[in-house]
Amino acid sequence: MARIIVVTSGKGGVGKTTTSAAIAMGLAKKGHKTAVIDFDVGLRNLDLIMGCERRVVYDFVNVINGEATLNQALIRDKNCNQLYILPASQTRDKDALTQEGVGKILDELKKEFKYIVCDSPAGIEKGAHLAMYFADDAFIVTNPEVSSVRDSDRMLGILSSKSRRAEQSEEPIKEYLLLSRYSPDRVKLGEMLSVDDVQEILSLHLLGVIPESKSVLNASNSGTPVILDEKSDAGQAYADIVARYLGEDRPHRFIDEKKGLFGKLFGGR
Amino acid sequence: MSTDSQQNIHHLPVLEFKSSTFSVPVLVLASNDIITIEQQLQEKIRLAPEFFKNSPLVFDLQELNSLDLDIDVASLTNMIRKLGLLPIGIRGGVAQQNQQALELGIPTHSGHSARDGAHAASQSGTGVASTAATSGSKKQQAPKPEADPEPQTVTASTVLLTQPVRSGQRIYAAGDLIILAQVSAGAEILAEGNIHVYGSLRGRALAGVQGNTEARIFCSDLQAELISIAGNYKISEDLNGAVLNQPVQIYLQNHTLVIKDI
Repeated sequence: MARIIVVTSGKGGVGKTTTSAAIAMGLAKKGHKTAVIDFDVGLRNLDLIMGCERRVVYDFVNVINGEATLNQALIRDKNCNQLYILPASQTRDKDALTQEGVGKILDELKKEFKYIVCDSPAGIEKGAHLAMYFADDAFIVTNPEVSSVRDSDRMLGILSSKSRRAEQSEEPIKEYLLLSRYSPDRVKLGEMLSVDDVQEILSLHLLGVIPESKSVLNASNSGTPVILDEKSDAGQAYADIVARYLGEDRPHRFIDEKKGLFGKLFGGR
Repeated sequence: MSTDSQQNIHHLPVLEFKSSTFSVPVLVLASNDIITIEQQLQEKIRLAPEFFKNSPLVFDLQELNSLDLDIDVASLTNMIRKLGLLPIGIRGGVAQQNQQALELGIPTHSGHSARDGAHAASQSGTGVASTAATSGSKKQQAPKPEADPEPQTVTASTVLLTQPVRSGQRIYAAGDLIILAQVSAGAEILAEGNIHVYGSLRGRALAGVQGNTEARIFCSDLQAELISIAGNYKISEDLNGAVLNQPVQIYLQNHTLVIKDI
């Protein structure tokens, strides 16, 4: 049975698109046929992060309007043949999305794909609403700072009251916390909320901590999801997250500051 | 005694509007055959004559109308009154039935009732959704049913939530409100009765919102943005360190909020 995953946060700039690209790639690399959809109509970025911006012909809105078929719009990833990208339209706005249209596309995708990752835009308006409406699982991406945490809390409230599952009184959406841009050194200095602080405020199952890392920016600039950079800490963190999501039991990493000689030499990063 | 009250009449308010919830039998009809209805109703009354004697009653015509069966509200009302019941409302009626009811002095009520609201709110942590769903549904002119002067049972429904109340959510309970999880900052919980929070209370909690000064708030970890009982409130800044992060109860004493550990 296909599962629809929404990657959402409320707040902007916390790493939703990076996360969507990474986990979609991670799931596909594990052999599951996966589609990743950019819901950020008008401000599309996912194609850049996935490195397929030069191959976009048709987009999400074209499919909704019946101007193209789903197969015409889906772009196969060049690194992994199990992964497909449905880009957003850059020339339209969120009003081009309709609940009926989105529902139809997701239903069609569910026939072919095991996982459908929806990259939500920031905010709680139409785009974000439609991205989460049909979801089975939600990845809440949060930065360790108070405004991001509060926005995530707000988004959790919306997930539990305005989603399809909530409206039809089905089993609620499964919610997972992803704490991104985490820096143990800054937590120690009191400049950042700790994992425990965030978990106490949100009381949510922690799927993983993604450390603040240069590799994320490098990956974005080169158009390869950071999970493919297996040597990087962020890449490993996402690999852990995908494994945990699929049921593997892996201990949490990147929560404590680096120690020892290595830490002293490179701890400042 | 009469002279006393006459002297005071200009100073003391002699009336006050309050909102209450009553439990009233609802007669759901599945047929428009008045004679059959009368026969079956008589049988029911025979089983419990005391219960039905002068009992208030609300007609529910929703099912009937969904089956496209019309019924003459006037003859129905006459028959019911003859059997000793007192019709006090009609719900789920079409425009013409509502008009007929109003002419007979029977208030009308839209199809979706408090039942739906209370039901939805108590099932899941979705106060926001249930409010939205109720207000978004069929809209008819809906004066609330008159409160019977002597209600038999006054039961306000208790709402129980097991999921966290998130920032931006608003939960309203017509009776007591019991929450077995945390209430986040930016959330608002309101109850006409008491509020119990068996988790961290970080949002706004308002008990006795219809003026019940006996209402109390109980929580196992007080970090609230605002607490209020019957309109008497304190904001987070007014809470001193001795009660913060403590399990406490909050009640009203001489119009002052008292916060005490439990």
